Amino acid sequence: MISFPIIRVVTKILIPYILLFAMYVQFHGDFGPGGGFQAGVIFAAAIILYALVFGLQAAKRVAPPWAVEKLIALGVVVYAGTGIACMLCGGNFLDYNALDHHWLTELPAYIDFLPGEKPHHFLPTGQHLGIFLVELGVGITVTAVMTMIFYAFAGRERLANTTKGPLG
Amino acid sequence: MTVQEAFGLYNYWIVIFLMMTGFYIVIARENLIKTIIGLNIFQTSVFLLYITMGKVHDGTAPILRPGESPEHHSSSAGAETEHAAAEATHIIQPVGFDEDVIEAAGHALEPTIYSNPLPSVLMLTAIVVGIATTALALALIVRIREDYGTIEENEILELDRNS
Amino acid sequence: MIIIDIAILALLAATAVTVARIQNLWAAVMFTGIYSFLGASWMLILDAPDVAFTEAAVGAGIATVLMLGTLALTGLKEKPITKFPLGSLLVVTITGITLVYGTLDMPRFGDPNAPIHLHPSPTFVEKSQPDMHGLPNVVTAVLASYRGYDTLGETAVIFTAGIAVLLILRKDAKEPGESSGEEPS
Repeated sequence: MISFPIIRVVTKILIPYILLFAMYVQFHGDFGPGGGFQAGVIFAAAIILYALVFGLQAAKRVAPPWAVEKLIALGVVVYAGTGIACMLCGGNFLDYNALDHHWLTELPAYIDFLPGEKPHHFLPTGQHLGIFLVELGVGITVTAVMTMIFYAFAGRERLANTTKGPLG
Repeated sequence: MTVQEAFGLYNYWIVIFLMMTGFYIVIARENLIKTIIGLNIFQTSVFLLYITMGKVHDGTAPILRPGESPEHHSSSAGAETEHAAAEATHIIQPVGFDEDVIEAAGHALEPTIYSNPLPSVLMLTAIVVGIATTALALALIVRIREDYGTIEENEILELDRNS
Repeated sequence: MIIIDIAILALLAATAVTVARIQNLWAAVMFTGIYSFLGASWMLILDAPDVAFTEAAVGAGIATVLMLGTLALTGLKEKPITKFPLGSLLVVTITGITLVYGTLDMPRFGDPNAPIHLHPSPTFVEKSQPDMHGLPNVVTAVLASYRGYDTLGETAVIFTAGIAVLLILRKDAKEPGESSGEEPS
């Protein structure tokens, strides 16, 4: 489809906004409808659109399969890692209240270079931090899995008919 | 059964009709891709069944109206009292399914009825699991086509019996 | 609003019947996309925006793309049916009538006193206000915090599905430098 100028130009204009919308849905899932699953699917849709218009090889240069494979596992690791971090901070598995006063979230309060009144801490804590990390893990895994499944289907050659069957 | 009662059950009947259509496609059609499409229709109708059960008359989406600013994060022990004291001029919404009227700082609130969020959460999980199984089934169909040369069930059974 | 309710449900039923009868698989996949989209609109009317979002993105987006990808590898037409499937129609009708008989006891649409609202969960919307320190979206709060363990299992399911599709469809003979796994015998 790269030879149709309208489709090519409009896709080039639209894809950054699709990616931006995916990130908006991911990180504002706490304040409106949204969350990890929807954002992951929209992100994968942007990559699939790029592959449809500019060809599978071009998309594989942008999102190489070896990187996407690692991302599949990274999302689950981030999710489970949040649970284990809660355990290390003294709570139960996936108990986000244990993340409330971890030293890492208190760290920016000791940084002196800010003029004026220093905020108490400006990283999210507790439930906010837990939900943020968990949704991030889900979003990463869903994006990578949908992209990888599309690569697997689209990269396959079609065999000729060997026995009788419906011709397409 | 009055017309009013019948209308109250209309959505369940349509959902059952959709379920049975999907079921019919699965058992009566022999093309494997048609079978997967029928399964998809069946799954979506089950989602619709659960979500229609969660709707409350005159309710709204279960996203709480902004009642207090989420900027300050104090210690969780004193959270409620601090919020109540510092944001006394803001309207803090008590939420629920009955119509409670609460007055805070002299304001009279409108009662807010929210629909049930629990079926939404369950169906969110179910949708994603559904697409995972659909993708896996389609991958298997591609491999079956490469090995047998056809995706009609009766032909595949014939080839299996003859070989 | 009642007219929209009746109209969307009737359209859903019509689309499902069309999918059952059509023989061109390309058109059937397109109608499945329309079906998912109508389902998402109906879910939005029922006050479930998160689920509507997911159903529209997943059902009308990813599922359509994957099915079209499969069609490109298999075939476009279904073989026409030779004999009328009387047994299947009978089974489906009997099951349908039994289920309709079962719905006569169910709570009416929109009833605030239905058991689902009273028994396990009237506290979720009320509890999430103090527990979550001001997070407005109750569905995300329930999904990621109150029921976070289930969402971990679901992420593992998606992970497993991705790995399984990779195992089934991985090798392609044209690019020798790309695939790093062994070829199955």
